[in-house]
Amino acid sequence: MNQEPLWSIFINACLINNFVLAYFLGICPFLGVSAKLATATRMGLAVMFVMLVSSTCAYGIQALLLWIDAPYLKLISFIAVIASTVQLVEMFIKKMSPTLFRALGIFLPLITTNCAILGLALFQTNKGYGFAQSIIYALGAGAGFTLALILMAGLREKLELARTPDVVKGTAITLIIAGLLSVCFMGFAGLGSSQ
Amino acid sequence: MTAEQQTTGTDEFIKGLWSQNPVFVQVLGMCPVLAVTNTAMNALAMGLATAFVLLMSNIVVSSIRGFVPKQVRIVTFILVIASFVTIVDYVIQAVSLDLHKALGAFISLIVVNCLILGRAEAFASKNGLGRSILDGLGMGIGFTFALLCLGGAREILGSGSLFDLPLFGDSFQEWVIMVLPAGGFFTLAGWLLLFNWRATRKTKSAGEVQA
Repeated sequence: MNQEPLWSIFINACLINNFVLAYFLGICPFLGVSAKLATATRMGLAVMFVMLVSSTCAYGIQALLLWIDAPYLKLISFIAVIASTVQLVEMFIKKMSPTLFRALGIFLPLITTNCAILGLALFQTNKGYGFAQSIIYALGAGAGFTLALILMAGLREKLELARTPDVVKGTAITLIIAGLLSVCFMGFAGLGSSQ
Repeated sequence: MTAEQQTTGTDEFIKGLWSQNPVFVQVLGMCPVLAVTNTAMNALAMGLATAFVLLMSNIVVSSIRGFVPKQVRIVTFILVIASFVTIVDYVIQAVSLDLHKALGAFISLIVVNCLILGRAEAFASKNGLGRSILDGLGMGIGFTFALLCLGGAREILGSGSLFDLPLFGDSFQEWVIMVLPAGGFFTLAGWLLLFNWRATRKTKSAGEVQA
């Protein structure tokens, strides 16, 4: 059992080992929906919610799989849980806010294939986190993802007005910005007690 | 079928290598591309593992495409992919424990590589077995090639070696940032710049010829 204190887990997942900028998880939505600030915020919150639910489920599944002694089913059961959670969120958003539903478009069902969520479930079982630790870890990772997405969206909205050379337009300039953000986040490395 | 879709088998194979390269042109499957390409060896292993899963899932998806109901197709595809990834995970663990440690959770994360699900949905679920195999092979090799480009560049600049063979003398100052996360973004941006630059030059020269 891992004895890491909760605050350290949160800071670690959110800032030091930010899922997007240090682990490269969830790059597709990070590049795909970060063009507008409002969409980015809501996308971040949706991902955070899915993370929270799937992390809780993953904790239960892991315990169950250990009990029936079938660890090779881990990956398959995790992805099935995530896919159903995403389906749930999708129906919820469609009902509550059709505008948001259209704005997120294809990226909403693609949360299923957002590696940040599966990654979270795998990391927490690898690290042997307990129940409370898992939830805090999911919250931290979700907050970190939202933070990175919002920062990126803010920068890209400013970039619309800037004059960029033709060659770097599109993905290339976005990646360069992401690289710079990643360098900035390296500055947080001294914060936590452990990596 | 329209005339556009009637391409030869060779075309299906070649398009994955160059004109529709999954990384440089379609920008799919970014997460492993950036995360495990800090050395050329990791990049090669990751590329081969992904290519294998892609090929196998294309084969299975294409064979069962007739009797999978449309509503549950995505879930079915994901489960097929997850099974093959589990196999790959255990095989790599058996072959080389060091490699398994270096790639870490990213082997399991092949499941959520958008490239594989993308090909299953966009190609294998609509085409016959033979063409799906060719498509899987082409895309897989194209993906491995792209990973090698990135891994090679990052290892040469960041550690001064290629496949663990030192390239420069002792005086080489390692460009540490290249093996860190930030370097991944910069290297990929660099490659995309190169591709963009070539494309714009091509269209420009074509325009000049016409004028």
